[in-house]
Amino acid sequence: MVDVKNVSKGYGNKNVISEVSVKIAKGKITSFIGPNGAGKSTLLSMISRLIAKDAGEIYIDGMDLTRCKNNDLAKKISILKQSNHINIRLTVKELVSFGRFPYSQGRLTKEDRKFINEAIRYMELEEIQDKFLDQLSGGQRQRAYIAMVIAQDTEYVLLDEPLNNLDMKHSVQIMKVLRKLADELGKTVIIVIHDINFASCYSDYIVALKDGRVIKEGTTDEIITPSVLNEVYEMDFKIEEINREKICVFYS
Amino acid sequence: MSNKTKLILLAVASLAFALAFIFIDLGRNWDYALPRRLEKVYAIVLTGGVIAFSTMIFQTITNNRILTPSIIGLDSLYLLIQTFLIFVFGSMNMAVTNENINFVISIGFMVLFASLLYKLLFKGEGQNIYFLLLVGIIFGTFFGSITEFMQVLIDPNEFLIVQDRMFASFNNVKTDLLLIATVLVVIVAVYSLRFIKYLDVLSLGKDQAVNLGVDYDYVVKRLLIIIAILVSISTALVGPITFLGLLVANVAHQLFNTYQHKYLIIGSVFISIIALVGGQLIVERVFTFSTTLSVIINFIGGVYFIYLLLKESKSW
Repeated sequence: MVDVKNVSKGYGNKNVISEVSVKIAKGKITSFIGPNGAGKSTLLSMISRLIAKDAGEIYIDGMDLTRCKNNDLAKKISILKQSNHINIRLTVKELVSFGRFPYSQGRLTKEDRKFINEAIRYMELEEIQDKFLDQLSGGQRQRAYIAMVIAQDTEYVLLDEPLNNLDMKHSVQIMKVLRKLADELGKTVIIVIHDINFASCYSDYIVALKDGRVIKEGTTDEIITPSVLNEVYEMDFKIEEINREKICVFYS
Repeated sequence: MSNKTKLILLAVASLAFALAFIFIDLGRNWDYALPRRLEKVYAIVLTGGVIAFSTMIFQTITNNRILTPSIIGLDSLYLLIQTFLIFVFGSMNMAVTNENINFVISIGFMVLFASLLYKLLFKGEGQNIYFLLLVGIIFGTFFGSITEFMQVLIDPNEFLIVQDRMFASFNNVKTDLLLIATVLVVIVAVYSLRFIKYLDVLSLGKDQAVNLGVDYDYVVKRLLIIIAILVSISTALVGPITFLGLLVANVAHQLFNTYQHKYLIIGSVFISIIALVGGQLIVERVFTFSTTLSVIINFIGGVYFIYLLLKESKSW
């Protein structure tokens, strides 16, 4: 379980996150939603120790984040940011192999290779595994990065807008994979997501942030209601049930 | 051709150049010439290796292939230290005349500066590589200006001593320093071995490195100090010549086309040795000392750099 207690973060005089407390359940998909600038990515980055918090505490399975060894954390929690520009030329397989670094420190064992091949198969990248990343489309590249995170084999998988720049087909594909990660492999997936309907259809829990505070959290059914969404986004939502999924209509 | 074959070929070429340098025109007084040439080749190999290694690490930390450690002002700082010592204590003081003391002072200040710069730049969050560049250039210019100011004020005879240290040259390698430099390089090399494994991951950028369990601040700070020590060793030995690093690091990237530092580092060390020994061979045998090695290196390096820019701009 990820336990965030009274965490704050500010840049200059502006508080991006103010005294946020939230508990994230194991083995489920939890989505962070909210308008731009609500502090979703900042919170995710703090949980994954990419940026330091100003105040408060974060516990992962009861361990204080700041007291853990970096390498141990890398076996427990992985993060994928929304922009992943890297300067070097890598093939898909090489990138995925990097996911094993916390275990092998760069010297791949047989077991590492097994994980790498499994991750590649899981993301259906077999045919393009020897292609260079810069030869791939945005969707393929995103899948390659997710394969790397899968190879890292962490209990907690954090993704910052994994659907950024993807078309519907690839978005659905990636959300299905995340669902499988939670359901089949028992991983805890935490995502920042903008598409409210993907959040509604694929997540178990939703945390709604606004102006650096959690204004609502709960199961998907509790959050995907016109009144809550109206409070979060300050616009009108209509919610229709299609195939037992709640779909938000907000285009007009 | 596999990368291993390339490495072996480079090693053979380095050896061939070194042997050519030692034995061409050795003459009859070889018991006089041979030790001197060996010393020179050894100094070249040491400097070349150190420059290649430090530039490669620097480029990996900064995730930028057109930077050299000179950008953070270490070269200028070295000249400032030399000028300052002569300005304050005069050219006959121990700190100037005793190469070993001078060497230790230079390295001490350069490492101190690197640590301070690190505290300023890497400690704060959202640190930006262009900020590092900017502060480095400002410091470099600042050091350069103070150096010049002091050089104008000192006695012209003292200035000659300063000037002697301003240009990179293998014609007057400070052999007194070879022993202490070798000891330092070996210590630093052994110390840096434990960080080598992180380099591949660091080239993915900070976020990925942290994600994969690298203690980023700790590792980068250590690497920066390693770079500072290595750059000051090479500068103290032959003078400012970090431009060579840009050349060899990029040739290594081009040649090996891999992210793996085990090939890149060893390869760039060999390329560096080939460039320096080959260049010195040309200086001595073709130009008969009418030019210096840094002129040739800078000329070839400059041409290559322009080629690199043109080529890169096409791929954008």
